[in-house]
Amino acid sequence: MRVNLLNLRALRLVAIAGFASILVSCGSEGGNSDSEDSLSVNNDQLQKEKIVKEAKKVMFSLPSPIETSMLIKRAGAQYNEEFLNPVGNISKYTTNKSMALAMGVYGADLSYASIFEQTQTVMKYMSASKKLADGLGLLSTIDNSIVKRLENNVNDRDSIIRIISETFMNSNSSLKEDNRPALAAIILAGGWIEGLYIATSVTKSTKDKELIERIVDQRLSFNDLQKLLESNNDNPDCAQILNDMAPVRTAFEAIQVQTSEIVPVTDKESKITTLSGTSKIQITEAQFKKLKEETIKLRTAIIK
Amino acid sequence: MKRVWSIIFLVSALALASTSTFAQCKNFAKNTCKPQLDPYIHDGIYNATELSEGESAELFKTFYSGQEYRIAICGDASLPPIEFQILDADRNVLFSNKEANYAKVWDFKLEASQQLIVSIQVTTNDDKVSDQVARGCVAVLIGFLNTDK
Repeated sequence: MRVNLLNLRALRLVAIAGFASILVSCGSEGGNSDSEDSLSVNNDQLQKEKIVKEAKKVMFSLPSPIETSMLIKRAGAQYNEEFLNPVGNISKYTTNKSMALAMGVYGADLSYASIFEQTQTVMKYMSASKKLADGLGLLSTIDNSIVKRLENNVNDRDSIIRIISETFMNSNSSLKEDNRPALAAIILAGGWIEGLYIATSVTKSTKDKELIERIVDQRLSFNDLQKLLESNNDNPDCAQILNDMAPVRTAFEAIQVQTSEIVPVTDKESKITTLSGTSKIQITEAQFKKLKEETIKLRTAIIK
Repeated sequence: MKRVWSIIFLVSALALASTSTFAQCKNFAKNTCKPQLDPYIHDGIYNATELSEGESAELFKTFYSGQEYRIAICGDASLPPIEFQILDADRNVLFSNKEANYAKVWDFKLEASQQLIVSIQVTTNDDKVSDQVARGCVAVLIGFLNTDK
């Protein structure tokens, strides 16, 4: 009898832990805590809910590939189709992990192509992304109406940018709706890695100061990506990607960046606030080469 | 055995409720909050969750120099005003909408790229008659301007 009672108690604790983990995993990107409607079942559960409720929900948001592409173009990047992952590689992606990573990669590629108004390439990569979305069970994320909308707005770059931005990130929220936050994080990881790969590929040396600044800025979103993957660390694919990204982290850490205090100044007429402040980057040619090499290695591993 | 099944049922029901809560809050963000970003381009991410009075949440995001951004915060109509603050990485307050009559949007640009924290809190309604704690969806959406034309 004693054993049975213990088993029941243990089971109850497992259930409560399960309940808590469901709340955690269903947050937003990598939310590490959450609170939900309470059901009065027993004291243990109420106590657990109280603990969960007191915790603050935390979310991490990565830049969209469109935003990253826009930034590197403004910094002087040129378009080069050779940097894209060929759509012919799609047949290689058969597991959920490889499909999710590739979906992120193709999302970044089509964002890069769209910013440079490469319409045919955009259509080609959207079709490839659709196949991957279908493979991941995200049938409604990229449907034929989206392809049609792209075709109808072929000369309206702003509309194309909006459609791509929404579509790519919609897969992320659809996976969270579907209770698959780890896969959502993997898509974002694929997009982030491809964005860094394109940025380091279009940059020839540290003399391209604006591009270098954009690349070094990625150390900040790298931290967000790392936290996002860590919050899904119980998923072996996320844990593996985190591990694979370690050399890139080391390469970023070798670069010195000094930042000043931020001072907000609001323009009374436009109501736009400028967060003034400076950051001084010190990077050697060898450090840039190392970062580029590690990024290529990481990207090669995910597209093979 | 009956208790075991009750627990399994409870866990399953909560999983379903949690999933539908996200879907519901995403729709809220899409229909109610996204229009507030216009003319900024939504970054595509629906940061949305369900919060009760007094509860808070934080969003960590990197913002880039030279880019113009809009942050839009929306709360369900049943909730008291949503307070939001923008903090730097050292948690210094850069903006508080409390001092701007609980404004729902904030437009800004940066001279140097930064990781910022958007801290939101549902205020408490101390004047109400009912003891019931209000609960509803809260969304944080981010947009950027396409100035590359």
